Amino acid sequence: MTKPEIRSCEEALRLLASHLDGELGRGAHEAVERHLSMCRSCYSRWQFERRLKENVARLRQESVPHAVSDRVQQLIRRFTVAGE
Amino acid sequence: MSAEAATAMVTEADRAWFADRVDAMLSELYGTAVRLCGDRTDAEDLVADTVAKAWQALPSLHDRASFRGWVFRILNNAFISQCRSARFRKRHEPIEAGDEEFSLFERLHQPILLWWGNPELDFLNRLLREDLARAIDALPEVFRAVVVMVDVEGLSYRDVAEVLRIPTGTVRSRLARGRSLLQKTLWDHAVDRGLRSGPPLSDEPPEEHDQA
Repeated sequence: MTKPEIRSCEEALRLLASHLDGELGRGAHEAVERHLSMCRSCYSRWQFERRLKENVARLRQESVPHAVSDRVQQLIRRFTVAGE
Repeated sequence: MSAEAATAMVTEADRAWFADRVDAMLSELYGTAVRLCGDRTDAEDLVADTVAKAWQALPSLHDRASFRGWVFRILNNAFISQCRSARFRKRHEPIEAGDEEFSLFERLHQPILLWWGNPELDFLNRLLREDLARAIDALPEVFRAVVVMVDVEGLSYRDVAEVLRIPTGTVRSRLARGRSLLQKTLWDHAVDRGLRSGPPLSDEPPEEHDQA
């Protein structure tokens, strides 16, 4: 079976987001990897989008205000358990 | 069995375990809620709602090792319910169709500097966490939800489609539009704060010149 190939930078850029999101099938994923290893311009774009995505992912952690943790703790204390 | 009857079978040890697990993930739960809602007050309500729903459904969780992912699924579903409430619908922004794609990279990239500098990555290094958070919070809700679920929560397109009950193709298009809007907001903010690196750029994307 022939390996899928990326024929142009436009084609690679169209697949870039799906590649970064892990949404490509193995053949297409490897084809993008091969293109990136040979094309500095597309690699720069990939590197930039990946860094931005990583920075966004870090926003998952947020310092929790005392009011929120207190509210959650009080809520859990009020939950009913067997025998109450 | 009612939710009350089911939770009545849960023991004090379960409550201590539950409190411990929730405490361990509260920072991520709250952070994700803030990003999904784009608002801290709504996020606080969403977290409380999620914890209450998780407690009620705890007897149905057979594999406690999967608690974390299970709670995030509850968070996402609670968010969707919150969005459907009248209060949220009132603030729901219509989808603007036809706007052009915006790429920060294309604005910042200077091929002539390819080997000596990297203004794109310099730009990202100068951005503060608050800049990025503010830009995400400012996204219209339909786009923000998809961007947060994929980029913050790390869900697959298929999982997002399931949570939002939309086709996978719609997830893909909203994600592209959401990321484009996010990058435009970051660019506008950078222009306001003078954060752009390298030689001054015009408001138009740089032209690609043939280096040959």
